Amino acid sequence: MSRREKGAAPPSDPPQLLVRVWRGHADGEFQPFEVPRHATQTVLDVVMHIQRSLDATLAYRYACRVGMCGSCAMTVNGVPRWTCRTHVDKVAGDGRLEIAPLSNLPVIRDLVADMREFFDKWARSRGRFDGGNTRHDEFARVAPASTERQQVESGIECIGCGVCYSACDSVAWNPDYLGPAALLRAWTLVNDVRDTAGLERLRAVSGDAGCASCHTHLSCTERCPKQLSPTAGIAGLKRAVALAALKGTL
Amino acid sequence: MSPRSQTLLWVAQRASAVVLALCVVVHLATIIYAMRGGISAAEILGRTRGNPGWLAFYSLFVLACAVHAPIGLRTVLREWAAWRGRGCDAAMWLFAALLAWAGMRAVLAVTGALT
Repeated sequence: MSRREKGAAPPSDPPQLLVRVWRGHADGEFQPFEVPRHATQTVLDVVMHIQRSLDATLAYRYACRVGMCGSCAMTVNGVPRWTCRTHVDKVAGDGRLEIAPLSNLPVIRDLVADMREFFDKWARSRGRFDGGNTRHDEFARVAPASTERQQVESGIECIGCGVCYSACDSVAWNPDYLGPAALLRAWTLVNDVRDTAGLERLRAVSGDAGCASCHTHLSCTERCPKQLSPTAGIAGLKRAVALAALKGTL
Repeated sequence: MSPRSQTLLWVAQRASAVVLALCVVVHLATIIYAMRGGISAAEILGRTRGNPGWLAFYSLFVLACAVHAPIGLRTVLREWAAWRGRGCDAAMWLFAALLAWAGMRAVLAVTGALT
């Protein structure tokens, strides 16, 4: 028996979001869902609701939910975004959401992109620190106001979410291109006064697969959820690599 | 092609772009200035023939084109046609030679350096 008294106004149903979610592999298709809309709801909240309440087989990836780990990036209404800090109000004014895995990467299943190539390119661009000191040496002192340190002030905040890689036209056109995140990582190390692999790193990021393939479309800078500018770092690499090539040291 | 050679191609394309930017401005300004009252082909040739200044300017213009355009074409072929082998590099050099030959032939004819 209904609790509602006869003649009383029916409770208003919560407005629904019309959500289309990518299912399957690269040759999959979008599956529609209706999700209750709430205030201060993020896109990740929507995906979690679908997986927990509507279809438990939905595959997706997340960890921290606070914009630190970089694991929840997806394509939302055609734009790569970190979903844990993307509010539905911001991207679905008409109540419609289309959620797909990151582009420029293979699809494992549903919303999960294969990030191996993305991180392999970090290694290929020599994105690891090579130090010359041992534990017996004094701590290196890096002056916060030095030019080198200031150059990488923002770049070291990269969380490796892959949004820039997914947004990059050059990656789409040139599969060998190292991509914005790997090149920005290399730029932070080129400016690290403690690092000893400067020339090898410049060689790694030069040529057709490296910084010269960036067309300065600025998509990475436009989309980076941390408001970093990989484009500026790549421009710095272009200058450093060009100088080394002209000097004959590359 | 080594990464250093690829980087030097990139540098050459940027350097030639700087030259082209200046040449295009001078070229267009000259056309607008010279065409104010109308001008015939014979009058144009009368000004350019035997003029070492125009010979030097348009030779520089043509050579900058012959450097700049083939490198860009190589990039377009690599990215849009997925043609990334030695054949693509050979096509770039061939196109550069074609541009330099056709362009210099026109410059030498207009400045009368061939006659």
